[in-house]
Amino acid sequence: MSEHIVSPKVYFTIFGVLMICTFLTVAAAEVDLNAYLPGLNIIVALTIAVFKASLVVLFFMHAKYSPKRTQLVIIASVFWLAIMLFMTMSDYVSRSWT
Amino acid sequence: MHRTGELYEQYRTLEQQRETASLGMWVFLSTEVLFFAGLFMTYTLNRSTYPDVFSEASKTIKLWPGALNTVVLIASSLTMALSVWASQVGKKKLLPLFLIATLILGTVFLGIKAYEYHDKYVEHHIPGWNFNFEPGADAATNAHAQLFFSLYFGMTGLHALHMIVGAGLLIWLLRESLRGRFTPEYNTPVENIGLYWHFVDIVWIFLFPLLYLIDRH
Repeated sequence: MSEHIVSPKVYFTIFGVLMICTFLTVAAAEVDLNAYLPGLNIIVALTIAVFKASLVVLFFMHAKYSPKRTQLVIIASVFWLAIMLFMTMSDYVSRSWT
Repeated sequence: MHRTGELYEQYRTLEQQRETASLGMWVFLSTEVLFFAGLFMTYTLNRSTYPDVFSEASKTIKLWPGALNTVVLIASSLTMALSVWASQVGKKKLLPLFLIATLILGTVFLGIKAYEYHDKYVEHHIPGWNFNFEPGADAATNAHAQLFFSLYFGMTGLHALHMIVGAGLLIWLLRESLRGRFTPEYNTPVENIGLYWHFVDIVWIFLFPLLYLIDRH
């Protein structure tokens, strides 16, 4: 049995970090960051969300300790998602260009 | 049909058997990613097209129930992760307790969600049903606000449906764990339902900032 067992200590630490990030994302949303740079609010909100999601995938879902082929499936699904978002948005944004 | 962790003939080792089950779950979750991604894509496009109305509509949603639900759902992910740990180290008494805690937190989430939906019902913010964004709103604003709320109900509704399915799976896990079926050698159902539960948590981690927090300031 060579499966990796993640200890409760790690789970509690990750939970703590996720709570801090939740607080930060709410706090950041109350501040008008767009005044400094247009769109900064959404960039900050999504960066925190991606960070939180990565922690959940890596530790709660054990991706950090998974075999390489499982990690490949995870990366592939994110990659496909990126293709859809990127290509659709690049079409949408560039339609007004002449 | 009752698996207890014996080795099936197509696998060489139990480890390979377990890794295959986990891989299959991840492939399923990949399809789930793309399933939700369609909605996220629709949201992004419409938000870029009608930024002002989307911003106004988003502000009518109360912040505190959404923030509280984020905390509740992440806490349920913690208890789910601890359930997996309990099954891996053979803590047969602890496992049902962690599963019950996860189930309770999941139910609390759905309860708060129902409270939020009721708010929207009272405010005439349910699309198509006596919809009126605000007194004196013109037809275009009403139409675009309906678009926001259609996406709000569509996305949170699909997420809630996943939670309800997850709750059903947890009840089954609880029953099987009380029968003592899960051991350090065999805990694939706990592990895989755990993966599903965390995935649903991740969807919410993105829904919360996109629906509640954008333009809150």
